[in-house]
Amino acid sequence: MLKIDNLHATAGDKEILKGISLTVNAGEVHAIMGPNGSGKSTLAQIIAGHPGYVVTAGSVIYEGKDLLAMPAEERAQAGVFLAFQYPIEIPGVTNAYFFRSAYNEVRKANGKEELDPIEFLDLMEKKLKLVEMDEAMLHRSVNAGFSGGEKKRNEILQMAVLEPKLAILDETDSGLDIDALRVVAGGVNALRRPDNATIVVTHYQRLLNYIVPDFVHVLAHGRIVMSGGKELALELEARGYDWVKEAA
Amino acid sequence: MNTARTTYEQAFSALRASGGPSWLPALRREAMDRFSALGFPTTRNEDWHFTSVTPIAERVFKVAPTRSGPATLSPADVAALVIGDPDWHRLVFVNGRFEASLSAFAGLPAEVRVTTLAEALKESPEFVAEHLGKLASGEGQTFTAFNTAFAQDGVVIHVPGGEVVEAPVHIVHIADAQAAGAGIHPRLLVVAEALSRLTIIESFASTGSFGAAYLTNAVAEIEVGNGARVDHYKIQRESTDAFHVGTTQVRQGRDSMYHSFSYAAGAAISRTNVYTQLAGENGETRLNGLYLIDGTQHADHQTFVEHLAPGCASRELYKGILDGSSHGVFNGKVYVDPVAQKTDGKQTNHALLLSEHARVDTKPQLEIFADDVKCTHGATVGRLDEDALFYMKSRGLGAENARALLTYAFAAEVLETIEVDALREGLEALAFARFTQSFGEQH
Repeated sequence: MLKIDNLHATAGDKEILKGISLTVNAGEVHAIMGPNGSGKSTLAQIIAGHPGYVVTAGSVIYEGKDLLAMPAEERAQAGVFLAFQYPIEIPGVTNAYFFRSAYNEVRKANGKEELDPIEFLDLMEKKLKLVEMDEAMLHRSVNAGFSGGEKKRNEILQMAVLEPKLAILDETDSGLDIDALRVVAGGVNALRRPDNATIVVTHYQRLLNYIVPDFVHVLAHGRIVMSGGKELALELEARGYDWVKEAA
Repeated sequence: MNTARTTYEQAFSALRASGGPSWLPALRREAMDRFSALGFPTTRNEDWHFTSVTPIAERVFKVAPTRSGPATLSPADVAALVIGDPDWHRLVFVNGRFEASLSAFAGLPAEVRVTTLAEALKESPEFVAEHLGKLASGEGQTFTAFNTAFAQDGVVIHVPGGEVVEAPVHIVHIADAQAAGAGIHPRLLVVAEALSRLTIIESFASTGSFGAAYLTNAVAEIEVGNGARVDHYKIQRESTDAFHVGTTQVRQGRDSMYHSFSYAAGAAISRTNVYTQLAGENGETRLNGLYLIDGTQHADHQTFVEHLAPGCASRELYKGILDGSSHGVFNGKVYVDPVAQKTDGKQTNHALLLSEHARVDTKPQLEIFADDVKCTHGATVGRLDEDALFYMKSRGLGAENARALLTYAFAAEVLETIEVDALREGLEALAFARFTQSFGEQH
């Protein structure tokens, strides 16, 4: 589904990614772990199409297409989804309108019929249950004045609505208490299917107790320095990132 | 303006034959003298530094024509031109003249008086004499003096103590083709006595085309008694063949609230002044506004909040969205008198530039003479937030749609402060259509 090959990227004149290679197949869950500043959020944002980075070498192929040549909205329409570490507040636009606009544009791009507001509300009712959110949330402005936990739930709600093929969760666990973490992870697990894939970017192992990865990769200084199964996350938790840096 | 002055003098003399109570000619004469002496402001005048009224000064606007016979506009025409609601009390003026057949304001509480200025001058000249020109004296204010000298009609509202007017009073001003080349000087006088409540909506709109520019020069005087609350919405959507100058002068008593919202999307040049005096303890002023301009439009807002008593609060939020080579101005003045301790003032002004050629000038002016006060101001001028655009695109919204929605959102944030549902929804729909259908279309 996704093949990243020797990816190098800079922000300003700083090289952040220094040769990342990673293959993700349908049905898999990959965890990308690493200390602060290792480049893991940058990798997530580059896959989603953030304009703030320049790819200087390497390629990202998604379902046979050159992902880097596609603008962010086309990537989303093709099934790529990034749950933001810091979701953006958009005062003045309701969740309901924003979600429906996004949903319908994705549907339209895929040759499917758009839903009217009433049909869309029916769909939302089911999705809201998944993340244990109240319908009142739909009528609030996007993320405006939301608590940290509400913002993260709102990200998973969008993911539930858009049903992406490739979901990337960027530090979705940061700032969540244990109940919110359980709800968010439950939502992600419920959305797993054999034909989609998930990349979980996280600093801590905690989230991986709930979203169990098939593969764990450790990023340090812009490179994947170690890969393994889910037990690698536990080892990291026990031994810390210094151990990886030394091992690398 | 010598030629103009002479012409205005002649027009003024011709008007005076129309009579009225005995004190009125003197009031008008004083205003005319003031208008002549002051002349139109130039950009050397600090209050007009960023706004040139040369296009107004170099023209001579004739007195709006008196129409005889039935109204040329139907109620449906009016409904199409302004945001309205059947529940609102409605007074409609066309080219400054009251149109009874288009108006409906029965059903007000018995004690509450809503009349045209012309009627009020006949029915209760003492009341008008007591209030007219008192808050808006025209001292140092050319346009206010100009209005007082030439005002033909307007609205007088008197809400006695404790009376609550539930439905808004909607004052509609429409200019049609006959207004071409004319000056229209609507006047509004509001006296809301202690503990009363009133919502006023003023709508300014145009229909048809104008061979020559016209001028709307509106003046409102509003007294807000102790513990009273007045909400005042001004919706300016005039033709870009128009010039619009509007001045609202407010005086607030103890524990009172004055809430103003200015929507300015029309006119070639518009200047909206909101001046309020917090004259009693614990009063509150909320001044909000949104201007949406394009092409070569110029929109200027000036506010002046005078804190003259202790413990008062003022809140201002003005936003502008500018396209084309339009020019926006915001000048917010706050004065805190030595006695006005515990003043809490906050002023915010944000402008969004959609084009390289649009321009904004912002000038906050705080004059604080009390020591125990909290006064802040903040201003931003910018473009759409790239992070927000990326966020929306990452959900599948196309670049154009994301920009449109964010632009709308910028406007919606201040429209949310409108407490009259039908008005807020109407303006939201206008802004939404403006930014999501095609950029650069006229209001």
